[in-house]
Amino acid sequence: MRGQVAIAGAGCVKVGEHWERSALDLAAEACLKALEDAGNPRVRAVYVGNAASELLNEQGNLASLLADALALESVKAVEVRAGDASGALALHQACLDVLAGVGREPILVCGVEKITDVLAPEAERIQMLFEDARSTFHSGVTIPGLCALLTRLYMERYGASYEDLVALAVNDHKNAAGCPHAQFPFPITVEAILNSPLVADPIRLLDTPGFGDGAAALVLAEADEARRLNDSPVRILASEVVAGRMNFCEREDPLTIPSLREAAKRALAAAGLGVKEVDFFELHNTTSVVGALALEELGLAERGEGWKLISEGRIALGADWPVNTMGGLKGRGHPWGATGTYQAVEAVLQLRGEAGKNQVNGAEVGLAHNMCGLGSVSCVHVFARWEVKA
Amino acid sequence: MSVPRFWREIPYKYRLVGSKCRFCGTVYHPRRPVCPKCGSRDMEDVELSKRGRLLAFTVIRRAPSDLEDYKPYVVSLVELEDGVKVLAQIVDCEPGELRPGLELEATLRRIRAHGPAGVIEYGYKFRPAVRLEPEGSS
Repeated sequence: MRGQVAIAGAGCVKVGEHWERSALDLAAEACLKALEDAGNPRVRAVYVGNAASELLNEQGNLASLLADALALESVKAVEVRAGDASGALALHQACLDVLAGVGREPILVCGVEKITDVLAPEAERIQMLFEDARSTFHSGVTIPGLCALLTRLYMERYGASYEDLVALAVNDHKNAAGCPHAQFPFPITVEAILNSPLVADPIRLLDTPGFGDGAAALVLAEADEARRLNDSPVRILASEVVAGRMNFCEREDPLTIPSLREAAKRALAAAGLGVKEVDFFELHNTTSVVGALALEELGLAERGEGWKLISEGRIALGADWPVNTMGGLKGRGHPWGATGTYQAVEAVLQLRGEAGKNQVNGAEVGLAHNMCGLGSVSCVHVFARWEVKA
Repeated sequence: MSVPRFWREIPYKYRLVGSKCRFCGTVYHPRRPVCPKCGSRDMEDVELSKRGRLLAFTVIRRAPSDLEDYKPYVVSLVELEDGVKVLAQIVDCEPGELRPGLELEATLRRIRAHGPAGVIEYGYKFRPAVRLEPEGSS
């Protein structure tokens, strides 16, 4: 990628329970905001990341539907689907398309998910359909249940306590409080988490993302074209996707996310950066333990030590490695197929200096990780300010 | 669940049929067409061991819609005697009796019903291993 692709526009809707609005309504609003932000260029393609609209909303083929709704004449429309990694995977595919069509018009990317058309238990069931139906789904485990097993193994092996780990959820909520599009924009305490209901022992309700609807969109263009459209475009230095062993119990060590490790390694190599040169990180921590594992896979902490960065507050805004600067899955919300594009929109806000109270001072480079489940596929993007040359 | 799928999956869900690599001998569950360890495509179906030990467990209190009648229920990570790790529910005991290392055995149980007219799905779950000799007799 080497910074040849840049983001010329970004927009999103507030994550939440949008009872009165459809997936199409949400996607259209996010896309119109992103297009407006880019000066309303003519686009030649639209990529839509979505996890489960047929099951949630009884509506498929969202990319064509969206192209039609936005009156985009004669565009290519592509839907990209990989569970809750759909958003970042759509972004990746759109990046490749920009590179393949040098000299042509920009491309629109939108991640969207409308979950609240079904009740929470049905959402819990549908989310498990992104796992192996023969084994994981069959067992009756849920995503919080998988995280519970990881948490138990992690605490036993590395000596962390649940209080140590959930400091990440506290961090995320603190950041969400300053994020206008967050689903849960208020701080919470460790005590509140430990007093919330058990979802899957030892995981508590306030350590899990809620179910919410959302859409986030970006306009991508060749770097020079993006610069013509927008005074401060954001470069995409790297976009890497790696699939891994789907069942975490089949991994050599269950307490690893090999797809993240490899995707991050490739992305940082492509960007020509060491992980410690990155100014902020948007992680896919489905629960706190996954954040601890991610810090280890990224190389910010040794194996078994990720929880210490969390419990010592070294991931806070203003500290060593700011994580989930706009609230992450926990605070901003986790509308599955939209999460990856929310991360990209948030990176744009940080790198343009538009993150308000949550601004990472002097942020030049940000990294986002979006995955399906516990890492059946990982997408890692590295974003940079326009002035940063790859 | 459709009837054809239900029938197709019986060997894997009733008898824990997995794959064994004929080249390097590694055993997998669920089945695989290619061995990730050695790359061999020469795989055969094998019945996995029905006994194992508990590695970790959780109690599912917020269940998927099709399992709400069963909650709370225990899901565990089990290491079978042939080294394969599987996710499975544990039945016939209280969560308080569970601890890592506990010996378990497979048992055939009802998994879920698909509405009043649909198939009733059965499959493996695990329970604490039944001891044939009284404690301390060996």
